[in-house]
Amino acid sequence: MPKSSNLILNQAIVEDEWTLVSLPAGEEVVKKQAGKVVLFKLTGEASTTPEQIANTEIPASGKILVPLSVWVARQPELAARHAAGEVGVWLDTHELLETLAASVADINSLPLIAVHVERFADGRIFSIGNLLRTRYHYKNDLRAFGDVLRDQLFFLKRCGFNSYLIRGDRSAQDALASLGDFTQPYQGAVDNNQPVWRRVNRTAPH
Amino acid sequence: MIDPRAIAEIIRQWSTFHPEFALLPRKFKIAVSGTKEDRAIIQAHDIGLEFYHDDQQKIAIRVWVGGGLGRTPILGSVVREHLEWQHVLTYCEAVIRVYNLHGRRDNAYKARIKILVKALGVEEFARQVEEEWQHLKDSPNTITKAELDRVAQHFTKMPYDTLPDHDAGFDSAVASNPAFAAWVRRNVHKHQQPGYRAVTLSLKTHGQAPGDASTEQMHTVADFADEYSFGELRVAHEQNLILADVKITDLYALWEKAKANGLATANIGLLTDIICCPGGDFCSLANAKSIPIAEAIQMQFDDMDYLYDIGDLELNISGCMNACGHHHVGHIGVLGVDKDGSEWYQVTLGGKQGNDANLGTVLGPSFAADEMPGVVQKLIDVYVRERTAEERFIDTVRRIGVAPFKTHVYGEKKKEVAHA
Repeated sequence: MPKSSNLILNQAIVEDEWTLVSLPAGEEVVKKQAGKVVLFKLTGEASTTPEQIANTEIPASGKILVPLSVWVARQPELAARHAAGEVGVWLDTHELLETLAASVADINSLPLIAVHVERFADGRIFSIGNLLRTRYHYKNDLRAFGDVLRDQLFFLKRCGFNSYLIRGDRSAQDALASLGDFTQPYQGAVDNNQPVWRRVNRTAPH
Repeated sequence: MIDPRAIAEIIRQWSTFHPEFALLPRKFKIAVSGTKEDRAIIQAHDIGLEFYHDDQQKIAIRVWVGGGLGRTPILGSVVREHLEWQHVLTYCEAVIRVYNLHGRRDNAYKARIKILVKALGVEEFARQVEEEWQHLKDSPNTITKAELDRVAQHFTKMPYDTLPDHDAGFDSAVASNPAFAAWVRRNVHKHQQPGYRAVTLSLKTHGQAPGDASTEQMHTVADFADEYSFGELRVAHEQNLILADVKITDLYALWEKAKANGLATANIGLLTDIICCPGGDFCSLANAKSIPIAEAIQMQFDDMDYLYDIGDLELNISGCMNACGHHHVGHIGVLGVDKDGSEWYQVTLGGKQGNDANLGTVLGPSFAADEMPGVVQKLIDVYVRERTAEERFIDTVRRIGVAPFKTHVYGEKKKEVAHA
C-alpha cells in the first residue's frame, strides 16, 4: 500500500491516478458581512472569470480532473480525451448541478465526478451527492475532496460518495474506520434507500 | 385531538444522524402539535407540524415553515395546508434539502431557514419544496401503517382506574374552601379520562426566580409524581411542572402538600406566571438582568384577588435579543437591552403564542429597571379602564391597539424620555 496516498476508494486506500486541474488564482475580494469575513459562497454565485478559465493549464496527457467551468467552456479541446474516458469533472459546493447536467449528453460518460468542499461545515456536499446519484443517476466514481475529515465520511458514503481524498494533514487510515461508524442507520439514504423499518423486523416489547 | 407522539418519535429517529442534513447552515428545530389549541409554539419553529383531522377524518398535517424568535423574530408560514401523515418524512426532507442548498452560510445572522423563506417569498419557497418533493414522494422513507402502529404501541396509556367524573368530597372542598377552589380553577386542567385531572405545580412563587425549584422541592415533586401521577412528571415551556394524571379524589391532599412546599401558588396563566430567562445573573450572553425584574413585577401584583380580576395574561422576559424568554410572543414582553454599559428594558405589547400567534409591538423607548413595575401597572390600568366584560388583556390590546397604552405610559414621562 503506497504510504503517500490519502485517497480512499470504496474501502481501500489507493494511489490517485487522476491529476487535479486547478484554476489559476483569481483576484479574491475579501467580502464582509456583519463585520465578519464571508467564508462561504452562495449557491449559484459566479466565482470564476473568463481569464481564469482561459489560463487554466491542462496537462497534455493522462487522466485529468478538470473544474466544471473549464469543462463547460473548453469542451472542444477536451472532446477526444473525454471520449477516451480520461476526463473527470470537479465542482465546488456552490456551483449548480444543473450546469454540469446541461454540459454533458450522458453524465455517465464521465468516469469521475468530484465535489470540492472548501470548509468542513459546508453541508451542501451531502445534498449534491444525493442528487447526483438519485436525480441524475450518476453511476461512476464520486469523490469528495478539500476539507474532508473522517467525521464526514459515514455521511458522505450514505449520500452516494465512494471516494474520499482525506485532507493532507490527516490520516486516511484512521478515516477508513469511520466508514463503519454505525451498523444500522435509521433512515433510508442513497447507499441503502430502505429505512430501518423496512430492513429489520422490530417487534414491540412485551 | 390527535396523539402525535408516535410520528414525532419516527421523526426523531429519521432525523438522528440523517446523513444529508448533518451540516445545515444553522440550527434547526421541528415542533409538533396535535391539539386544537397549539401548545408547542409551532409558528416559532423552523418547521411546525400541526396535526388535524381532515374532512374525511384522516390524520393530516398542516406544515409551517420559517418561524423563529431571537434577533429576527418571524412567525412561520403555511407551506402546505394538507399533508397526509405517511409523507411527513419525505416532505421534511424536501424542505430541509431546499434549505441545505440555498440557505445562507455567508452570514450566521441570516442563516436560519426563516431568512430564506422571507427572501424567496413563501410562495416561491413552497414551489421549490413541492418540486423537490415530487421526486421524493412515495420513496421508501414513506411511513407505513405497520411502523406507525409498532411505534404507537410504545406510547401506552397509563393504567387508569375506572372512576366516576365527580367526587362528592372534592365538590364540597371546592365549595367550602375558597383557596382550594382558586387553585382548582387556575392550576387544575380537564382530562380525557373520567375521574382524573392534570395539575400544574406553580414554580412562580411571588418574589422568587420564575421556574426555580429547590433541592427539597424537587424531591417533594418526585414523590408527588410517584404517589399521584404514575411516576410521571412533565415540564412546561411556561416553566412550571405538570402532573398529568391525578385522581380527583387526590387533588385536595396534593394541594395541601404542594401548598406546604411552596408549589401551589394559584397563578397559572396570570400576570405573575412570568416566563423569564436566567438573564444577567447567570448568563454570559445577557445584556441585562431579568430575574429581578420578574420578582419586582410579582411583588407589585402580590394580591391574588387583584390578579384574578386582571385575568389571563402572559408576561415574558428575556435578558437579550436571543429571546429565551419568548418576549416577542408575550402579551407583555420585556427585553433587556444594553445602552452604553447600563441595563434598560424595552416593552412590547400584543404578542401571543398559540394558533393566533402574534409578535408584539414595541411600545416605545426603554425603561430603567426600577421603572418596570410601574410601567406594567400602567398597562394594567389602561386595560382595566378600557376592557369590556369577559375581555382578556390580549383582546383589549387587539381591539384598541397599542396607542392608548403608549399614551398612558409615556404621558407624564416626556422629560425623561431624552435618555432613551
